[in-house]
Amino acid sequence: MKKQTLHVSLGLLAVLLLVLIPQYGFAAGDEVAAVLEGAPKPSRLDYPMIWGISGRTVVWSMAQMHLFLAAFVLSVPLFSLATEFMGTVTGDDRFDNMAHEFMKISMAAYSLTALVGGGLTLSLFLFYPQMMGYMLKVFRGQVLVYAALFGFESITLYIYYYSWDALRRGNRKWFHMSIGLTLNTIGLTLMFIANAWATFMMSPAGVDPATGAVTGTIWEVTRNPLWNPLNLHRFLANIAYGGAIVGGYAAYMFLAEKDPVKKAHYDWMGYTSNFIAILGFLPLPFAGYWLMAEIYAYSQQMGITAMGGILAWLFIIQAVLIGTIMMAANYYLWSGLMRTDRGAHYARYVKYIAVVIVGGFLVWVTPHTLLLTSQEIQQLGGTHHKLLGPLGIMPAKNTAVNLMLVFTFMSFQMFYRSSRIPTVSWAKAGNMFIVALYVIGCINIVGAGLYGYITPTVYKVGASVPQVVTTLTIIIGSVIIDVFRLRGSKPETVHWGRMSERSQYALFVLPVAFTWLMGLMGYIRSSLRTHWHVYTIMKDNSAEAYIPTIGQAGNTITAITLGFMAIMVFVFWLSRLGATRQDETEAPS
Amino acid sequence: MTFLRVVLFSVAVLLVFTGFANVLPQIQSDPPKEEIIDTGSLDMAGMISLGESLFKGKGTCTLCHNGMGRAPDLLEMNLAETFPERLKDPRYKGVAAGKEGPKAIEEYIHESMVDPSAYVVAGFGKKGTNDTESPMPTINKPPVELNEIEINAVIAFLQDRAGIEPTVPLPSAEDVVVPDESSSEGPDVATTAEDAIDKFGCAACHDLFGSEADTGPPLAGIGKRMSRGDLMDAILYPNDTIAEGYEADIMPQDFAEQMSASELTLIVDYLLNLPE
Repeated sequence: MKKQTLHVSLGLLAVLLLVLIPQYGFAAGDEVAAVLEGAPKPSRLDYPMIWGISGRTVVWSMAQMHLFLAAFVLSVPLFSLATEFMGTVTGDDRFDNMAHEFMKISMAAYSLTALVGGGLTLSLFLFYPQMMGYMLKVFRGQVLVYAALFGFESITLYIYYYSWDALRRGNRKWFHMSIGLTLNTIGLTLMFIANAWATFMMSPAGVDPATGAVTGTIWEVTRNPLWNPLNLHRFLANIAYGGAIVGGYAAYMFLAEKDPVKKAHYDWMGYTSNFIAILGFLPLPFAGYWLMAEIYAYSQQMGITAMGGILAWLFIIQAVLIGTIMMAANYYLWSGLMRTDRGAHYARYVKYIAVVIVGGFLVWVTPHTLLLTSQEIQQLGGTHHKLLGPLGIMPAKNTAVNLMLVFTFMSFQMFYRSSRIPTVSWAKAGNMFIVALYVIGCINIVGAGLYGYITPTVYKVGASVPQVVTTLTIIIGSVIIDVFRLRGSKPETVHWGRMSERSQYALFVLPVAFTWLMGLMGYIRSSLRTHWHVYTIMKDNSAEAYIPTIGQAGNTITAITLGFMAIMVFVFWLSRLGATRQDETEAPS
Repeated sequence: MTFLRVVLFSVAVLLVFTGFANVLPQIQSDPPKEEIIDTGSLDMAGMISLGESLFKGKGTCTLCHNGMGRAPDLLEMNLAETFPERLKDPRYKGVAAGKEGPKAIEEYIHESMVDPSAYVVAGFGKKGTNDTESPMPTINKPPVELNEIEINAVIAFLQDRAGIEPTVPLPSAEDVVVPDESSSEGPDVATTAEDAIDKFGCAACHDLFGSEADTGPPLAGIGKRMSRGDLMDAILYPNDTIAEGYEADIMPQDFAEQMSASELTLIVDYLLNLPE
């Protein structure tokens, strides 16, 4: 045990050092003389035209593709470390095998991520040389820290993957997990640095507001107002994204496999991945609220551009996507009830949950302003429907999403309970308490939503806070009660593999919708800068400084998503190819 | 088969999302254009009208000054009563404090635009600042960047709404802000070879796009007769080499100054690929 503690401590020390290295880098940056030259003011002629290619589309595609791949290669080690830890704690080798299997896949994706990252850098320098020159001036030596960390990440990744079997058992496993922790810390630091560049462009800090001359340290530039909200948002989204992609892989393997044992394995993998995806997904709207609240606090104009201006319609698409994700995840969970014999007992509640999920989805997609012809507007007496119009504003949306989250969690809880029979004497009382928690919680969510209608707009967002707190209270409270309630419970057999083929398609919906959603949100985030490279500091004077239409954006995002899906198919194929062995008895031709 | 089914299913899901994005209202948001104000024809009525369009457009004032409660609804409230009340507010310590009349109101509005935190109307401050800090952007700074004439126009509009004769000065020719060349969008640059050829009028003298013009030599198959470098030289310095049977000084000599590098590249690429 002492050795274990030592290994973990060493691992944590290494992690701490790695976190502090950039910190020291920033501190050293304090001594660097401020770059007093302001931001460049490029004219349209300063943007190179190369064979009539749309520079922005190239950069957009490369950046989005790099982000998809980076999110995947960052999330898989997170996912692997979590499952490796679960495997160590539970002693269930399936977790360990799954974690190892996924590291193998991320190895192939890793080099592709670097390749696309290189392409992105090249295209940025090619099409936006002045902007990149300014960014380098602002962030100075940080790019070198980034490059060094990238090197460390590669080394740690290889050690983590190749030492898997050598450090699989006993105390060595803890050492192996320390390497995994180091890998993830470096990966996250890389992401945080890249986030600083993106958020500096949205909410610049450490530069003179009038000229753009660099006046602050690298740390001041990095710690701009939107940095931390984006860090949290992307961290959680990565967990959800990794889970969704692994789930899609498991679903495909489930459909392709004929062997019942392997089928059972991939069914279990699909369930676990979906669990992790939803676990990362549940707090995501709250991280989104924080990000948006910080955007408003930084610049009310920017906030309104997002939520009430030209980009407002995009949030209706976001609602459709998130609603699709929720419905697919719930459908998969309900299908999973057939894995246990007691599942039928819980299946009778599915129809009620379905009403809430579908109802919430419909409320979420109801726009405030309707798309109508002039004749329809005349008949309706305005662009807002008398009954449905109120469903288009924030209080209704917040209420809907919180109820959807609560009931999605309930679907999870039903499956969890279906495989265990409680034996504690207070099981019934505990259950009643959980039911009361749900009922009172839902009343509170709806009540806070109604309050949102009678308070001025500025307080509407504030009214969502008690809703969020209630949702988290229901989830955390019922988990705690259930953990004690099901302690020493009688386990029921879970028939892994006893799943319909149709249910697996729900698992495909998740990665597809997640990927497209990430593309959409990236488009929104970038568009918030409107016609500025660096908001209020450096104008974009290129011919493509406009915000494209939703349709144009949708088409571009779809094209990039298709490209990413093709890459993923290639990566999965590569990993299977690596595991394929030519039959020894096969004669050479 | 499984692979194909999965791919088709995933693509179908993607197409649903794409289709949905395409049926929503399609609006492209262009960057605001720098407009040079014609001061010669601008009277006070014109200033008020300009102020209204700035208030609802470039100034982006209506994003917050509307009925949603983010900022006082200047288009609905009784400004005739409100402005004098604000000047008398004991919390107001700005440039017009203790003053009265239309000129004081002008100073008050001007200050609220260029220094929004000088006085924040109760209940409209940034959260947690106890109404000492305004969420409003400084109007003469980025991202809004109204110039002094435009600010005066908005003041004229608001004074007019309050039933006051505007006190702001009419702009003179010297006041006009000419957009900074280095920060402006620059001249329109052609993005296709066709546009570039059209822009510089090449088809007026050469047989391009079926113009059958013969003032300049034919360019069909020019890629076989000239190298890229020679062709560039022939465009930029046309008198250096004159094709047999044609005269010097016909083709413009200043394309080196007029054309952007990208336009020259587009034209040369196009010409080099012309069939015989």
